[in-house]
Order: sequence, then C-alpha cells, then structure tokens
Amino acid sequence: MDGIIVSNAWVEVARLSDIPRLGSRVVGTPKGDVAIFRTSDDQVFALDDHCPHKGGPLSQGIVHGHNVTCPLHNWVIDLNSGEAQAPDIGCVKRTPVRLEGDRILLALKA
Amino acid sequence: MNMLSPQRQRLVVIGNGMAGMRTVSELLARTPHRYDITVFGAEPHPNYDRIALSSVLAGEKTLDEIVINSRAWYDENHIRLITSDPVVGIDRVARTVTSQSGLVAPYDKLLLATGSKPLVPPLPGLTLPGVCTFRDIADVNQMITASETQHRAVVIGGGLLGLEAAWGLKRRGMSVAVVHLMPTLMERQLDVAAGTLLQRDLDERGIAFFTNGQTEEITGTERATGVKLSDGREVPADIVVVAIGIRPNVDLGRACGLEVNRGIVVGDDMATADPSIFGVGECIEHRGQVFGLVLPIWEQAKVCAARLAGDEDATYVTPPLSTKLKITGIDVFSAGALAAAAEEDEELIYQDKKRGTYRKLVLRDNRIVGAVLYGEVKDGPWYFQQMRDGADIEAIRDRLILGEAAASLTGTVDPTAKVAALADSAEICGCNGVCKGTITAKINELKLTTLDGVRAHTKASASCGSCTPLVEGLLLLTAGVDAKAAGPKPMCKCTSHGHAFVRRAIVAEAMKTIPEVMHRLGWLRPDGCHSCRPALNYYLLCAWPGEYVDDAQSRFVNERNHANIQKDGTYSVIPRMWGGQTNPRELRAIADVADKFGIPEMKVTGGQRIDLLGVKREDLPAVWADLNAAGMVSGHAYGKALRTVKTCVGSTWCRFGTQDSTSMGVALERMTWGSWHPHKVKLAVSGCPRNCAEATIKDFGVIAVDSGWELHVGGNGGIHLRGTDLLCKVETPDEVLEYCGAFLQLYREEAYYLDRTAPYVERVGLDYVKALVVENAENRRALYDRFLHAQTFSQHDPWAAQNENTTFKTLVPAE
Repeated sequence: MDGIIVSNAWVEVARLSDIPRLGSRVVGTPKGDVAIFRTSDDQVFALDDHCPHKGGPLSQGIVHGHNVTCPLHNWVIDLNSGEAQAPDIGCVKRTPVRLEGDRILLALKA
Repeated sequence: MNMLSPQRQRLVVIGNGMAGMRTVSELLARTPHRYDITVFGAEPHPNYDRIALSSVLAGEKTLDEIVINSRAWYDENHIRLITSDPVVGIDRVARTVTSQSGLVAPYDKLLLATGSKPLVPPLPGLTLPGVCTFRDIADVNQMITASETQHRAVVIGGGLLGLEAAWGLKRRGMSVAVVHLMPTLMERQLDVAAGTLLQRDLDERGIAFFTNGQTEEITGTERATGVKLSDGREVPADIVVVAIGIRPNVDLGRACGLEVNRGIVVGDDMATADPSIFGVGECIEHRGQVFGLVLPIWEQAKVCAARLAGDEDATYVTPPLSTKLKITGIDVFSAGALAAAAEEDEELIYQDKKRGTYRKLVLRDNRIVGAVLYGEVKDGPWYFQQMRDGADIEAIRDRLILGEAAASLTGTVDPTAKVAALADSAEICGCNGVCKGTITAKINELKLTTLDGVRAHTKASASCGSCTPLVEGLLLLTAGVDAKAAGPKPMCKCTSHGHAFVRRAIVAEAMKTIPEVMHRLGWLRPDGCHSCRPALNYYLLCAWPGEYVDDAQSRFVNERNHANIQKDGTYSVIPRMWGGQTNPRELRAIADVADKFGIPEMKVTGGQRIDLLGVKREDLPAVWADLNAAGMVSGHAYGKALRTVKTCVGSTWCRFGTQDSTSMGVALERMTWGSWHPHKVKLAVSGCPRNCAEATIKDFGVIAVDSGWELHVGGNGGIHLRGTDLLCKVETPDEVLEYCGAFLQLYREEAYYLDRTAPYVERVGLDYVKALVVENAENRRALYDRFLHAQTFSQHDPWAAQNENTTFKTLVPAE
C-alpha cells in the first residue's frame, strides 16, 4: 500500500545533535546520497541530495524555514513536499524520516 | 473586594478570543480605570489571531507570531486572566459566573464572547483517532503532528476553512483530497466561474477534489482509514479533517435563560435581553444574522466597548462584508451579491482565460452590489469602497470592469491624493480595522517615519499589505517622509528594510545576533532566506569584530566549506601564494596532493594561484592538512573576502621596473588576508606604468612610479568592466598599507552586501572617498586602526585543524 512503512524499515542514521540547526548531513545509501536537514524548529527532513535543476548537492545549501536553497543556482526546495518553489518546476524524492528522542530514523529499506 | 478602588465595577469576560479581547482593548482605550476585568479562557493560550491559524498550518508563521495579546499585556492592564478553565455556569440573580475548577467570579457587567464551535455533521466514525476539526491551536498541532508521520489527508468541506486546511496540509507534504457537498468550491463567496477557476488552480497544486460529495461515514475501526461517500466513492486517508463551517457556541447563554435562536440574541446596543449581559463575536445573533468574518466583529467590539464605557448612543450596524482566501499565490476577492438576483440587476463580466483572471460585478440602479474577483484582486478594496459608499457608477460604467486605474480620469491612481481626500473615520486597513485618524494620530504622537513603525504601532498594513500604498501616502502627508524613497529597495522578501537601514540599525542599536536583528526589525520570515542571512552575518561580523560569533549556517556553501563548489558538486581548492610567489617546496606539495587524492585537473588562475579542481567533499580536510603541512594556508578563493594580490616582478628583475612591486604586494597580502568583505576583493601591484599586473581593474590597485606609488580604487574586470579611479599618490610603502587598509575598511563598513568596490565608489562618489581617506588624515588613521583591529580576529587559517571536523563525512546508516 502506498505510503505505508513497515516498522523494521526504520534505520538509525544519526543523532539530532550531529546536525546543527539550519544545517544538514549526508547519508550514503545504496540508492545514492540522502540529505538530512534540521530546521530551526528541530524538525528533520530527508531528501535526495540532488537538485532537480542541475543535480546540485542540496545538503550544502542554506536552510530557511522549511526550505533549502540549492548552492548551485539558488533553486528553493520545499523540504515538506520536495517541490521547487515557483517559478521553478521540479521535485526531489523524499525519504520518510522521523525523530525518536534524539535518534534520527530513516526508512531506508522500504 | 478591591480595597484600592471600591468604586470600580467588575467586568467578567467569558472567552479569551479575538472578539472579547478586541472589546477589552477598545474599552481600555476609552476608559482604562472604570472596570476590574476578569477574563476566562477555555484554551491554555493568551489571545491569538485565529485567522492566522491557516498560516501556521501552512508553516508560514509560528505560534508565537500569531499571539495578539501576550500575558504581559494582561498584567500591564491589570486584567485577571484565567486560562484552561472554561466557565460552566452563569447565575443571573446572584450575578456570578462559576468556572470548571469551581472558581466563582461576581460581575456587574458580563461579556459573552464564547465564539463558535466547529460544525460537525452526525457521521459514523467521528470519534475515531485521526479525525479532527480546524478551529484552535490544539487542532493545528494535531494536524502538524499527523503530517509528520502520516501521508494522506481528507478534508471534508470545500469552503474557505476547508480549503485553507487542505492547502496547509499539502504544504506540509501530505497528499490531500477535499470532499465538498456542492458542485463548486466556496459557493457562498464565489460564483460558478470563479469557483471553477479556483478548483483548477488547486488541482494543479496537487489537491484532489470530490465535489457533489456527500460524506456517509468515516471508515476504520482502530483509527480513521478514509471516508465513504453516499454515491459509493471511497477516499482512503490517515487523517480526516472536518471543516464544513462553524456554529455559534450558545450553551452558556441558553443555560442561563437568555434568548437564543441560531446565536445569543443581542440588540443594536450589543446587550442581551438582560441589560447587564453583553455579547460580541461569533456566539451572537444580531437582527437574524450570525457572524464568521472579522470585520463586523471589530465593529461589534467598538460598539460594545462604547456602551460599556457609558456611551448610550453607540449603535451597531452590520457593515457590508468582503472575503479573501489565505492560500499563498491564489488571489480571490468576494463581496456582496454573487449574481444578479432580481430583474433590474445586471452583471458585468470580464474573463481572461490565458492569464487565469476573472471579474464579475453585480449592479443595481447604477450601483455596485456585488463583486467577485479571481486571479487579480488589487481592485477589490476599491470596488468594495464604491459598494459601501453606494457610489453612482454611471459616468465610468464603460471602464468600470477594468478597475480603478482605468475608471479614474487620468488612468492612474495616486494613492497619496486618494488618501488625502479621505475622512479621518475612513478605514485604511480592512484586515485590522484601522482608520485614517488612528494612523495619523500615532504618526504624530510617536514621530513615526517608517512603514514598519506604523505597522508595529497601529497594525495597519501589517497583515495582507494591500493598503501599503495608502499608509505610505499617510506617512508622506503627516510626517513628510517618503517611505518609498527612504527604504529604496528591500534587502529581500523577508523585510521591507533596505541594506543601508539595516547596517545603520545594527550599529546604532547595538544588535549582536541574527535572530535579534530579525526580531527587532520585524523580519517577515523567522529564519530569513539564503539572501538576507549571509548579508546579516557579514554586517554583524563587520560591526562587532571579536565579539560576534560567526554563524556557519548563514554562510554560503563556499565559505562554510572553505572551498569553491563546482557544477558537479566537487570543490576546487586554491592555496594562498603570497603576491603570486611560490617555490619548489610548495609546488611539490601541491603535486603530491594532486597525486594522492586523484585530483583530475589543475589550472593557473587569473589571480596568479594554482587551482586544484574536482576535490571530493569528504577529501577536503585531508587535502588541507597536507597543504598546511607544507606551510600553505587557505587562499580564500571562495569567499567574499580578500582574494589575491597580483604582482609583476618589478624592479628586482624587470628592466623597466621602478619599485619592488612583488615585495609591496606580499606586504599588502600579509596585511589584508583573511579579511571579510561585502564581496570579493582583489588587489594588484604593478612595478611601472606598463601595468603588467593589471592594477587598474582591481578593487585597490597600486602602480609604482619613480617618485612613489599611485593608488587606484574601484576597478572591476567582471561583468561590468570598470577602470579604477585615481585616489592619490603616496611616497612610502607604509603609506600604501595605511591608505589600502583605510579604503578597505570604509568599503567594509559602508557597502551593501554583494556590492563590489566599483558600484560602491559610484554610489558614494570618488570625492566622498577622497574626503574620508585622503584629505582627513585623522579619519584615515582611525579607519586603518579599525581594519587592523578586525584583522587580529580574522587572520586564522580556516583550513587548520579541520581534520577533526567530521561534518564533511558522509554518514553511514547503522546496521
């Protein structure tokens, strides 16, 4: 069923304290690099580390609100939806991520 | 009994929401000491802007930002605030109210402001976990939490409330479907054409619609799994939001025997049948009408406060209403009649499908009685004004549908002339109900000179901003301040302030952190954006050397990673070569690094350095460690910083050379390296007027002549080629250093972020620079001293000791 994650798919990848507020870290996965973002309200988001525009590493961008700006050409990506902010059009694949206390869990095997 | 003021009457307010607190505010403004005021609230929060809950849900505002009256406000006004403790009974004979916890409060006057409850149809499954309404902070928190772990949402209700809920959940990454009973959306505010356009636009944004959808039940056993419609359609969902409307919360009124129809009945004086009990807001009914929009409620608050203050003449009349939808990027305006209803009614319609705009006016007796605008709504308030004024439109009928500019005689509208013609009682800001007289009084009283000042003190133009031109007009008329000219170009969309204002404010008001600047200068977005954060970080760094703690997260990637990002996500690494000089040891180390890390390409740069291209992020710390070991430091080729000092070989080797330009260049680079600037800064020193180091297209260029050194400033070889201006001529190398440091410090302190020296010099003028750096020796030395002082904190190699820094490493998931 779409969007349902079986429980054993969650894998711990980092502690919240490994990522500065408004910062990001890269997680290497078999399907490629995933960027984990921590916003100022201590929420975490996970997107492919690959801008839909020219493939820039989103993990290295400036995080603001629930957005990240790609370091290559300033596309602004919505961390919630993975979608580029207008007028740009594009979408980044999201990976389900959640916080359990200080542990950041990523649904890698789903 | 209050022994200090036994003559005071006791006012009890039931309901700590917008209507009740607006009434209290209006009352305090009229008569601050007449009542001892007690406020009961069912929610745990102080009074907040319920209308803005949709912005909180959409992640555009935080909860803190929507608080209208903080707890400090209650304290300051000596109001006793009791939260999380709803009133459960009113004894009209004893004149007391009793709260859930058993608290009994006596009153002389009682104000019912209990608001409304979500309208919930009797559906099977309503009580399942995963079902919520959209009414208060608890609902919004429930939705936000759900959006973090759940994926699919169904919103029941395609009116204003339901669509704002749907949009917020969509913004939070959920897939969202809306079930709506009627064939088109927002049918109470929009006609079929506009409702259809709205559905199309929301559909394009990824919201699915089930119109003509009668919900039969919410499915699920443990928790909600979806909704089932009466025609058999089923929509799966992890959460279900019921947002079909509101109904007045009349429980207390009914229980104590007041007259209740749909709402608690009040008269034109806002009093119930019991003259000591008043009512305002969504809980009341006035002349058969109940209320859900803010404008008439503000009016009720005004009248009720006047009555409570003893004004026997204050009378409430429901004003005409207009509606706006709070979905970013979708503009909808609606007021009055949606369509011709009687034979004498006429409709004017204008539609541009390609631009996605639509407008319809409903006319009766040459007067506007209704307006529906979609896509382009800036004329909405004007149509609304014509409608409220009952203006005869006969003379402008042929152009009316094209809007205010076309309908006015000159074809343009001067907001200043327009606002000058208004009476003091004319409403300027519809969102917050602020009239012209209030704004001009505050401007005079507090000597306000900025748009943000007016916003902070009156709330006018602080919400949707459509009245901003009028408020600017009032500033011009009242204070003589041209707000548009005073704040030339905002730094970015996060603020209306320009760079100059922000720079000055940081120094003048001793602001020391980015959050402090954003808070005190009223930033619109809490973390700013990729454009303003690096600028603020630089301004603070420049203003408070040694004190300000650099914020890495507000640095562009290159300055955070101390290397230059390339199109494929790898980096280029450029070690510093002082004045462009190098030696075999450095060159060997560079070659070894290239071999060891498999660096694919090397290149000599225009600034006389060697560039290692294609370094992987993870290798950066190790590459730097090897270069450090050979005595090299970061070349800052990635920063808004001192980049390079380019030199020619000068009199040491060249048969034309007049001075030792290489040594001069090295000395300049030793003094200036590590300095941060509004943009990159490049220097050059040529040993003779042949100018082989191309000093006349540099930010600070030095050309040796027989009798000393010519100093040139403001050159640029980039997009806009600009030759330098000659600043002056000096005799000694020490003077070259002093003038260079002074000029760079002036640029550092005054230029706007991302302006190079060329536009800076053009903005302030060469004479200004000469006056401060050449003619005023004392000022020059002061600038120079400030530059050197700042340098004591900035000359640390950012490459050093990075081997311990693990943030460059890719994380590996635990098994």
